Amino acid sequence: MNAPDSFPTRHLKALPAVTDDPRYIGASVSRPGARRLVEGRGCYVDDITLPRMAHVVYWRSPVAHCRILAIHREDAARMPGVLAVIDGAQVATICKPWVATLGHLAGMKSAPQHPLAIDRACWQGEPVVAVVAETRVQAEDALQHLIVDWEDLPAATEMETALAPETPVIHPELGDNTCFRRALDTGGVDAAFATAHVVAEATFNFGRHTGVTLEPRCQIADWNPGEQRLTVYHSQQAPHMMQDLYARQFDLAESAVRVICRDVGGSFGIKVHAYPDDFATVALSILLKRPVKFVADRLESFTSDIHAREHRIKGRIAATKDGDILAFEIDDLTGIGPFSMFPRTSAIEGNQVVNLTGGPYKHQQYRAKLDVVFLNKPPTCQYRGVGHPIACAVTEGLVDLAAAKLGMDPLAFRQRNVMPDDGYPAVGASGIKLEVLSHEECLRRISTLMDYPALRAEQATLRAQGIHRGIGFATLIELTNPGAAFYGVGGARIAAQDGATARLEPSGAVTVLVSVGEQGQGSEGIFAQIAADAVGVAMNKVRVVTGDTDVTPYGGGTWASRGAGIGGEAVLQAGLALRANILKVAVAILKREGLAVQRDEIIDVATGESVMPLSELGRIAYFRPDTLPAGFTPELMVTRHYAQRDYPFIFTNGVQASYVEVDLDTGFVKLLKHWAVEDCGRVINPMLVDEQMRGAIVQGIGGALYEECLYDEAGSLLNGSMADYLVPMAAEMPDIVVAHVETPTASSRLGAKGAGEAGTAGAPAAVMNAINDALRPSGAAVFSQPFTPEKILRALGKVA
Amino acid sequence: MNTAKSITLTLNGQQRQCQVEPRQHLVDFLREDCGLTGSHLGCEHGVCGACTVRLDGQIVRGCLVLAVQADGRSVETVEGLSDGGTMRDLQDAFVARNALQCGYCTPGMLMAAAELIEKQSDASREDVRLWISGNYCRCTGYQAIVDAVCDVLAARKAAA
Amino acid sequence: MKAPAFDYAKPASLSAVFALMAEHGDEARLLAGGQTLMATLNMRLSEPALLIDINAVADLKGITVQAGVLRIGALATHTDVEASALVAEHAPLLAMAAPHIAHRAIRNLGTFGGSIAYADPSAEWPACLMALDGVVVVRSVSAERRIAAKDFFLDLYTTALKPDELIVACEVPVKQAADAFAFDELARRHGDYAIVGLAVAAERVSGGAWGASGLTKLRLAYLGMGTTPLRARHTESRFTHQVLTSARLDEAVASLLAELNPLADLTNSAATKRHLAGVLARRLLGALLESKQ
Repeated sequence: MNAPDSFPTRHLKALPAVTDDPRYIGASVSRPGARRLVEGRGCYVDDITLPRMAHVVYWRSPVAHCRILAIHREDAARMPGVLAVIDGAQVATICKPWVATLGHLAGMKSAPQHPLAIDRACWQGEPVVAVVAETRVQAEDALQHLIVDWEDLPAATEMETALAPETPVIHPELGDNTCFRRALDTGGVDAAFATAHVVAEATFNFGRHTGVTLEPRCQIADWNPGEQRLTVYHSQQAPHMMQDLYARQFDLAESAVRVICRDVGGSFGIKVHAYPDDFATVALSILLKRPVKFVADRLESFTSDIHAREHRIKGRIAATKDGDILAFEIDDLTGIGPFSMFPRTSAIEGNQVVNLTGGPYKHQQYRAKLDVVFLNKPPTCQYRGVGHPIACAVTEGLVDLAAAKLGMDPLAFRQRNVMPDDGYPAVGASGIKLEVLSHEECLRRISTLMDYPALRAEQATLRAQGIHRGIGFATLIELTNPGAAFYGVGGARIAAQDGATARLEPSGAVTVLVSVGEQGQGSEGIFAQIAADAVGVAMNKVRVVTGDTDVTPYGGGTWASRGAGIGGEAVLQAGLALRANILKVAVAILKREGLAVQRDEIIDVATGESVMPLSELGRIAYFRPDTLPAGFTPELMVTRHYAQRDYPFIFTNGVQASYVEVDLDTGFVKLLKHWAVEDCGRVINPMLVDEQMRGAIVQGIGGALYEECLYDEAGSLLNGSMADYLVPMAAEMPDIVVAHVETPTASSRLGAKGAGEAGTAGAPAAVMNAINDALRPSGAAVFSQPFTPEKILRALGKVA
Repeated sequence: MNTAKSITLTLNGQQRQCQVEPRQHLVDFLREDCGLTGSHLGCEHGVCGACTVRLDGQIVRGCLVLAVQADGRSVETVEGLSDGGTMRDLQDAFVARNALQCGYCTPGMLMAAAELIEKQSDASREDVRLWISGNYCRCTGYQAIVDAVCDVLAARKAAA
Repeated sequence: MKAPAFDYAKPASLSAVFALMAEHGDEARLLAGGQTLMATLNMRLSEPALLIDINAVADLKGITVQAGVLRIGALATHTDVEASALVAEHAPLLAMAAPHIAHRAIRNLGTFGGSIAYADPSAEWPACLMALDGVVVVRSVSAERRIAAKDFFLDLYTTALKPDELIVACEVPVKQAADAFAFDELARRHGDYAIVGLAVAAERVSGGAWGASGLTKLRLAYLGMGTTPLRARHTESRFTHQVLTSARLDEAVASLLAELNPLADLTNSAATKRHLAGVLARRLLGALLESKQ
């Protein structure tokens, strides 16, 4: 009854162990933190109540662009329970505006932005006025009595015309609506296209969409006037980044700010950015001298969470008669919000599209043009996969077009053109530096995994019966474990390093404090696995603490699939260092050599027998220093930091395949099955990697088939509710088979790369190619995501 | 307007008498007045399923039911079912299969799955997918959840 | 989003309900299943002063069969209808449609009467009631009226209910031996409001000396095509007395495509809807013609 490949025996080629007596690294262990969640005993921000806590709701701009003429707050202020009605000018007295640009994105521009808009609101959903009351309900009641006089301003709502002379320039001081431009040219591109036997091209569209975390964005800002300290309970991925930003924007000492992240109900990048209402909520707490809770409701989330992926890309591919790819060329136009998003900027996604298009392949010639334009729509920024899903769809869509023109099998065409597994380190045509990938191995594996020949045969048989199935592939690369190349070099104070502190408790248990946190992917689980193996204790003796800037080492948090590779390495090194220190204590106590730490004991290496349990060692070390040699001090709490410094990014690779059935009469696509072979280096927990792949793939499918923010000409969102904005649900999703190849990175001892985003990178491309494979005999093709029934019917000519 | 009502309900097996504002929905009542924060809110328009609780033994959207409608009725939440042990095998299967990541959809998903197992003991894999299609999960992609529910269906059938 | 403040009453009898309705007029709303009303209130799209919870009124409950009529009490939930042996036997069209309604948790509380009264053109029950030529039984304090389905759904969310009336039950004729039914809808996700849906009722005629085998007395009720559920009357009229055979299926579909004038929705043009309506009809009628049961 279950998917036949669920919980298969792991056939991972055994990598050399990184610790003695490895028990947990590489094993599919259940997450200790999952138990309380299945009991409904999580602790999410909205579960927390503080004394005198107030609640804020925001009046947000109802239209894409308007001038704020007057705010009449008297009626609202008089409503029961209302504590304050506060506008942008008031918040600006204690919070600086920001400009979200990065120095290494040359020429990037953006205008200063305040937490609450002053004078003018630039997108439907921009917060303008805060209403604070003792209860949420009272605040919402009062909001209805707030009167804001505003007048419509002409809006820039279409990216294709954002730079046209008749389109209003949103920030006149910037000169035009260009945020960032980039051009890349290896040279030789025109020659490549001119001499190519086959040239294929298409225009790819990607619908703007958003993350829809089930737990909306939320925080409690708690300014304690007695301690003169700010504590923010935040559903967030990067607590240290927020600590830094709150300190600087509010002119507080860094040490006066504490950010705590407990359970986070889904993040996916939506919760790694610094939102205007984040700063506004903190400002309210400071002004009112009491805790203030903000929970975005669902309708509000659709216009206030960051959006992503609104692109139009014209792409071309050139290939020889034998089927060698010569060149790619893209022209990418992307529409962001009226401001670049703070602090990671809204140019990164487009920048990555330029860097990543064509990524898996050997070609030398590449030309790319990028235009990132401002629009009066919600700001956009990094969302799971960032530019990868787009770059991969364009690349893989063009690859399939070329293969079809050549009459070559799409898998064989890819096998011919991917970078060879023995050719690393390598540099891609766009200049990306690749440490070591395994495209060839993954392509071999997926063919076996899906029994490709059998599927093709099945497709042919069914086609003869009028059933139209398609098979689509996507080869992908995915950046993980970033160094400082992403943000640090651009001037952003976003840590590229992380740290772990490992402490042996008197009882022999181990506590590990880590600067990378948990949002459900299983970070705390794998850290416990790594620490247990590294120190030499049972996993149930390990307690992991994350998500508190007062407690953990300083670090970067969760983004760009770095938690396992970077956080995990810090844990490994701290654990190994602790083991070494434990051994020193053992030698000092027992006054002999030939000892080791193993399974909660000090053992005699020669006989394997236990000489002393760690609990006894702990007792002596902590409580009986009088019995230890003079001049020796046990150091049973050790911190190690790690930054990946060998490459700008450690790339991973993979390949996905989608098998679909397209109903040519209705345009409906049925997802029959999905396969993924992924290489994230050393797999610490195969089950967790499988599940990251599955969740990420389904999220990518969302963009491919369902998700799009639909706007009218005035820039008003038409489908901002869970009924009209369609997210993937269980009935339509396929079973997903995942297999692993392990090519470790040499940039760390652990050898783990990241795995959280690759699924999203490849899924839309695989599904698109499968649909087009099914449609190919009809001469129809679709390149505009999401692939709705209507678009497919139109491509087939069944509907005008 | 908004005159508070006195209600008596059986909550997780215990009788309670409370005063509620008519407009307060059941999940807000559970979370704010009863301290039972296991039931979650994801949309408050009845679509995401995070708020799924049991009312008189049937799953309902807790955001679409008023607390005052629980008068004289029985309400069960994930905490109660958890402490009562009736979904222990389902919870164990969820943990074993990693059928949860962030855990936010999980209480609602468990409530929905528990009713399926009770009502359709011979549900197929497809039936399971259809049944839980009213519960949004952004993290797992659903397969592990379906696997966990199928595990329990199979085990209960074998034990029967 | 938290609902605005309102008062709440739960009368135990119809007369008490009517008294409250008379006293509060359009400041009051009736609460049955609440699956639509509560979402509306949570989004503050409506601000009644009083909710009249009618769930204690026994007269509104139950599913019964009497004298060739299946009567579904207004408070019968979608789950009640889905699970009812009487419905399965006497109105199988409803049993076919029920699993398409939203999801289990909604079906456990949402009511048949509520769905009819709300009259969403994309809802399943109004289309089924139209296909079965059912009757909506409504009452006011002074009188009971029986309104044919075809006279009940007037416009978008607008019915023939007067402000002082409520639905007490719906009635449909029980299935006769020769009756054939089919239901399907096209929705991108299971449980969503469909793009287009079709409820089919017809009478089977078997071949022999009288002529071809096929379907007659054709009733085709679409959901998701307009501001109300729509019967394709022009096409139906071709096959009221004549027989729809497999050979005439193309003709029927062509007639539908010419007759139907759907409204576009957020992601589907009128042309797409018309096309899909034709596809659905071809599939459902084709399956009925093939199955001969």
